[in-house]
Amino acid sequence: MSQVDERLSASERRAAREAHLIASEKARDLSRELKINDFHGGVHPPENKHQSTGEPIGRIPLAEDLIVPLNQHIGATAIPLVKLGDLVLKGQKIAEADGPVSCPVHAPTSGKVVAIEPMSVPHPSGMVADCIQIRSDGRDEWCARTPLADYRNRDTDELLEQIRDCGIAGMGGAGFPTAVKLNPRGGVTIDTLIINGTECEPYITADDMLMREHADEIIAGVEILAHLLDQPERVLIGIEDNKPEAIKAMQRAAEGTRFHVVVFPTKYPSGGEKQLIEILTGREVPNEGLPANVGIVCQNVGTARAVYRAIHFGEPLISRVTTVVGESLAHQRNIEVPIGTPIRHILECHGIDRKQLQRIVIGGPMMGYTIEDESAPVVKTTNCILAPTNKELPPPPPAQACIRCGLCAEACPASLLPQQLYWYARAEDRDKLQAYNLFDCIECGACSYVCPSSIPLVQYYRAAKGDIREARQEKEKADRARERFEYRKLRMERAEQEKEAKRLERKKAAEEARKLREQNAGSPEAQAAKQEADVVAAALARVKAKQASPEQQLARAQRTLTSAEHRVERMQQKVAEADESQRAQLEAQLKTAELKLKEARDKLAEAESLSATAPAAQQHPAAESAPTPSITEDKLTVAGASSSAAGAAIERAKAAAAARASMSPQEKLAAEIDALKTRVEKAEARLQKARSEDDPNTAAFETALGKLQEKLAEKQQQAGSQD
Amino acid sequence: MSLMQITSPHAHSGQSTSKVMLQVAAATVPGILALVIYFGPGVLINIALCIVTALASEAAVMKLRNRPVGFYLKDYSALVTAVLLGIALPPYCPWWIPVVGSISAIVLAKQLYGGMGYNPFNPAMVGYVVLLISFPVEMTRWAGPAELIQGVPGLDETFALVFGNMNVDGFTRATPLEIVRHNQSTILAQLYEMEPVFNKGTLAGLGWEMANVGFLLGGLFLWFRRLITWHAPVAMLATLAVLSVMFYDGGSSLSEGSPLLHLFSGATMLGAFFIVTDPVSGCTSNKGRLIFGAGVGLLVFVIRAWGAYPDAVAFAVLLMNFAAPFIDNYTLPRTYGHKAARKATDLEEQ
Repeated sequence: MSQVDERLSASERRAAREAHLIASEKARDLSRELKINDFHGGVHPPENKHQSTGEPIGRIPLAEDLIVPLNQHIGATAIPLVKLGDLVLKGQKIAEADGPVSCPVHAPTSGKVVAIEPMSVPHPSGMVADCIQIRSDGRDEWCARTPLADYRNRDTDELLEQIRDCGIAGMGGAGFPTAVKLNPRGGVTIDTLIINGTECEPYITADDMLMREHADEIIAGVEILAHLLDQPERVLIGIEDNKPEAIKAMQRAAEGTRFHVVVFPTKYPSGGEKQLIEILTGREVPNEGLPANVGIVCQNVGTARAVYRAIHFGEPLISRVTTVVGESLAHQRNIEVPIGTPIRHILECHGIDRKQLQRIVIGGPMMGYTIEDESAPVVKTTNCILAPTNKELPPPPPAQACIRCGLCAEACPASLLPQQLYWYARAEDRDKLQAYNLFDCIECGACSYVCPSSIPLVQYYRAAKGDIREARQEKEKADRARERFEYRKLRMERAEQEKEAKRLERKKAAEEARKLREQNAGSPEAQAAKQEADVVAAALARVKAKQASPEQQLARAQRTLTSAEHRVERMQQKVAEADESQRAQLEAQLKTAELKLKEARDKLAEAESLSATAPAAQQHPAAESAPTPSITEDKLTVAGASSSAAGAAIERAKAAAAARASMSPQEKLAAEIDALKTRVEKAEARLQKARSEDDPNTAAFETALGKLQEKLAEKQQQAGSQD
Repeated sequence: MSLMQITSPHAHSGQSTSKVMLQVAAATVPGILALVIYFGPGVLINIALCIVTALASEAAVMKLRNRPVGFYLKDYSALVTAVLLGIALPPYCPWWIPVVGSISAIVLAKQLYGGMGYNPFNPAMVGYVVLLISFPVEMTRWAGPAELIQGVPGLDETFALVFGNMNVDGFTRATPLEIVRHNQSTILAQLYEMEPVFNKGTLAGLGWEMANVGFLLGGLFLWFRRLITWHAPVAMLATLAVLSVMFYDGGSSLSEGSPLLHLFSGATMLGAFFIVTDPVSGCTSNKGRLIFGAGVGLLVFVIRAWGAYPDAVAFAVLLMNFAAPFIDNYTLPRTYGHKAARKATDLEEQ
């Protein structure tokens, strides 16, 4: 409810504003307000308008195939919504706008989609572009339409959406999406709406005939446009004075509205947007700016009518009025033709004499372009098809030298110096070209028209503009590449620096740590750390030794056994040879050797059994470090046991080391002494036992005891000195 | 069938350089007529000799440059140069004067710089100055008006003067500008009464004034046909007039001459409408043309009043030709949509 209220109040506000403006407009001195200005330069080419105004706007039979280009406007190409073989109705949307500056495309008649592919389109380059080809079914059957006739009670956005959805683009020439133009951004206030009915280009009479026959629709469209722009202060309809009938029709239609039909002298190119703005308001559109920057929106009369049809009938833009003119045609007039009609079809419907035809110009003789391929279709911006004879538009004579006469500068509506531009274009001096404002050239052709030396000036400017644009793009590309390269270099340098810094840091830290270690060489912490490391290493080594592969263990055991046997043999020999005094000692040694031999035999037996139980592991040495499921359970147990053994050994060693490390030197010494005492006691006990049993190793026990006692004495002495 | 591929515009005004040049040549007719009426057929011989030599030189250079001779001769620019030089030369001068002058103008001043459109100096004026400096005696002997010398030379006498050994002295008289320039002691009013060239004339000396009026008419025709703009001629004449008023000194013996004398004597009108308006060696923009014309007017007066030569249009024009590119640089018109004009040397911010 509240939304409706708001809308109503907004429309009421607008209505009130409109009423107020009508009143104030009447009060204002109109002659002062509507002073007509002149613009610099301009030319008066023969108008050649009478050929095509002799009869009302006609129609031609529908062409068999209609070719609808997906891009008939300024902006992004539309995206097709139909598939090959789809049946479409007249006015059905067949391609959707791609982004805000784009336009949808509609089927100009009912029929079947027979091709979606690149085809020849009207373009100066003769290029091909994506088109949808529709084979007419002859029924010309409309799809459902959604009019918004009560537009005054609608949201602006809704109306703009409808205009956009109906695919309306500027019909004067450039084809800028109308909805975008009607929605000026950046908080600009539009105080003047200009409706362009100038049509200054020779030969073209499409707008002229439209104004004569459909002035009411145009005015109704202007009302919508004024509504959409929040009722600008002034609405001016500009028409050149060479169209008296159109002026009369428009004045009649505009009666009772606040719109002014402004008539001004005929001069080419007064229909150029910037020129018309200057004529009607005296304002100049700033360089690189838009009319909106000076509070103006400019729309063509054809666009106004299309907006009217879109809002009141929901009709999309699928046909337009086009002038078909030229002496090589038997019949010259204006026709309302569906968008997509091939130009060949139009020419043939107007009795083309191909012997006389010398070129086909799309647009007028001043700014139009030639096309080679007649299969190209009429698009939203095609306002004229000119088929002149040689006599009508003679081919240009060869260019002579520029005599710097300056006629071009006098003709230039942008106040440029065309001959200087020509000079620098030939020299490819891009800096100078830009200093002489090449990009303000609107390519109206007035300079070329007056040039006595027949120099194709505009062609030079177009080429130079293209070159400069290309160079700019190249430069941009190169700049980006250089930036990327520089950033990369910077990045790499930074990474290198960081790496270096880290390396230095590490080095410094290592250095400090080393110094600290040196300083604290005797400190318990350092020793403890060192010992721990040693202990761990030793434990690991031991475990590793134990974990050696079975065959290794077997080999080692065999080696040990052999050496032990040899030793025992040697000992036995020595014992036999030795004299009494040495015998006891030697016998002890022999005993040890025999013990070792026994140990070696045990080990060998163990190793043999191990290698026997793990044949798989022998065949797959790699499996040792990483047991796989294919390995037998035994091996798994061994592996598990060995790893747990290593862990336990490390743990034990660590615990002992930790216990040692946690003691102070004195304590440690005391502990050592205690340990030694225990060992001495044990050794004494063993010696006693040996003596009592008359053990042959008694001598050895004695020496061992002696050594232990010696060590104990030494430690006790140390402890005493420390105290 | 192959259709033509031409970029816009497809229409053309029908104006051509050849037509422009022929119209310029035609515009000199009233002035030439006056010269013939007052000074006899000598000027026609000069013009004919100049045209023949100039076209021959142009053709020879084109041949040497491997260019289509006919195409370039048909632009008629050499013809215009020749006519202007022929008018500027003293009638009844020896035949080799126009020949040397034309060769200098076409070969030295025009073709060596690249041909039409590329010459920084006005070719006719270069030819004239080459002659004036090289052959001062022949170049400063102007025939007097018919009335003062009991009849101009007939055709036979003319040929004898130009191609033979006949001495021209019997036909020459001091020009009005020379008389004023060399006047030391007489006030102008008396001088005007004394000198027949003045007392038989109305504005600025018998014969000379009519020749100037003739060239003025031709100039107005060019302006009316939009072949020249008013800027340079008006600036030159206005400057000359203002300066001569400033130094008129009430017509005393020290006077530098009346404005009328300066405007309607010597080569003033020929210079203003046919030389200063030369587009190739002049300025491009209308503001530039105003400065260029004013500069010529200033220099003409300075040289006439205080220089060694009684007339000065050729020197003044050549000096300003030097300055033309510089003036162009500072007189760019303001382009539509731009806040202010700028110098051509201020490059676009990149």
